[in-house]
Formats: sequence, structure tokens, C-alpha cells
Amino acid sequence: MWKIIHKFGSPPWFFRFATKAVQWLLPLMLIALVVGCVWGLLYAPPDFRQGNSYRIIFIHVPAAVVALAGYYVMAFAGLVSLVWKIKMADVAMRAVAPVGAALTFVALVTGAIWGKPTWGAWWVWDARITSMLILLFLYLGVVALFEAYENPEVAAKACAVLSLVGTVNIPIIYKSVDWWYSLHQPASIKFTGESAIDASMLYPLLVNIGAFYLLFAVVVMMNMRATLLETHSNAAWLREAVE
Amino acid sequence: MMYFDSLNAAWDMAGHGPYVWSAYAITMAVVASLIILPHRRARRAQQLLVQAPSAGAGDANQDPTTGGGNASQA
Repeated sequence: MWKIIHKFGSPPWFFRFATKAVQWLLPLMLIALVVGCVWGLLYAPPDFRQGNSYRIIFIHVPAAVVALAGYYVMAFAGLVSLVWKIKMADVAMRAVAPVGAALTFVALVTGAIWGKPTWGAWWVWDARITSMLILLFLYLGVVALFEAYENPEVAAKACAVLSLVGTVNIPIIYKSVDWWYSLHQPASIKFTGESAIDASMLYPLLVNIGAFYLLFAVVVMMNMRATLLETHSNAAWLREAVE
Repeated sequence: MMYFDSLNAAWDMAGHGPYVWSAYAITMAVVASLIILPHRRARRAQQLLVQAPSAGAGDANQDPTTGGGNASQA
């Protein structure tokens, strides 16, 4: 574990790794996304109760799942930054926040569009939607905090603390459908026991969940790479890597 | 086999088409901007890096494993 953190903590190593990884993962992500979306939109059967509006699930659920998982990545980077003062952890935290915000935004907007034909309302103050809105504000808060401070070290410290405090919200989002009366259905995909979703709908959903995880990884690495290019412009290793 | 009989039917989705397609369009716009923005940032920074005179002096970000900038130019 320590070895991996140490490796990722080296800007030259990470820059080379990210350059290569993005080259491979970006096309793979695009293929998975196209396959998942076309499958879900045109080939999966309609839901017997909701009809075709349910097809939004194939982007709504992946965006929400990865937005939640991404928060843990950001909080972990915040922890590493606070405890071990590794600069790359600050770069990672800064790279994750806008991606997480964008995915949370997608989950909220697609949810609102799905809600209209299904529940008859664009928005309800349901426990899960409200806690997802808080997640969006947490991500945007980290983005804003990084911009607010002149001193990057102070900014990173403030963001790390905000990220760690915000992790309280994640289990609340997961459990919101069980704890409160909610319009959202409980989890359909289960790791243990039988899933409450048919295979013809489950497979395109899983493909898109994979595609969104890849999207997250690719964009975070691209963001980190761009930050390294901007902040290490005098470093000899960077010139060597670029030329 | 495609579920819908025709592309028109797929576009309409029995009345749900506007909801479904707009949700996908917004998502794709966000995905595209997520990829394009850092790509542009990196390209701009890379151009500045290539245009700038050779690095070395006053390099606070020098990687310790590659040695000091000034020393290597002496």
C-alpha cells in the first residue's frame, strides 16, 4: 500500500503513467459508453410499469454510483494530503472535485427528467435527492476553496478537511431509501442474492457503470496531468517527457 | 434485435422520447466537456512549455532525482 502511494506521489512517474494510461483507457471508455447507451436505448425491452422513460436508468445510475465512489477517492486523497503531506494527493483532490460535481449534476438532472413522466414532478425534496444535492455542494465547495486561497498549501488543507467531514453524507445517501420514506426504489442490484432487475436490463447497465468508472479515471488523470504541466513548467523531467 | 420497429418509433418512444433523448444529450454534453477541457488545458500548458526558453534557473519544482537545474548547466 505504502509503495503504491509512494509511486503515485512522484510527479515524473505519475505523468508518464497517466499519459500512457489515458491513451489506452480513453478509447476503451468511449467504446463501452457507446455500447452501453445504444444497448440501453434501442435494444433493452421497456419496463412493464414505466414504459420507455426508465431507459434514463442507464446513465442516471452509473453517474450517481461513480459520483458517490468518487467522493471516497477525494476524501482518501484529502487524508493522504493531511497525514503524509504528499503534494500529488492535493493534485488528485483538486482533479476529482470537478469530475464528481459534473457526475452529481448529471445524476440530478437526469433524475429530474426521469421524475417528470414517472412521478409527475421534476423535483421533490426526497431524502435521496436532497442528500445528492448536498453532495453537489460539497464537490463545488472543494472546487471553490481551491480557488479561494492564494497559498496552495492552505487551500489543500482546507479542502482535505471539508472532504473528510463530507464523507458523513455518503452513507446517508446510500441508506436514505431505507431510512426515510422515499420515492426512490431500494437497490435493485445486489452482490449477494438475486438482483431485482432482469438480465436484459442489467447487462447494459453494468456496461455503462464500467464506462462511467473509466470516464472518472480518465478525466481525473487528464486533470492531474494538466495541473502538472501548469505547475511544473520548469522541471527538466517534464521537458523530457513532453519533447 | 432492436426493440423498436423503426427509427421514428425509437425517436418517439411512445411519448417518452423527449425525456429520454434530452437526458442522454445533456449527459453526452457533460461527458464531452469533461474530456475536452483538461485536454485544452494540457495542450496550452504544453505549448507554453515548448515555447519558453530552456528551463533550469530558479527551478523550485525540479524533481530531486534529476539533479539541480543550475548545476547541470555549469
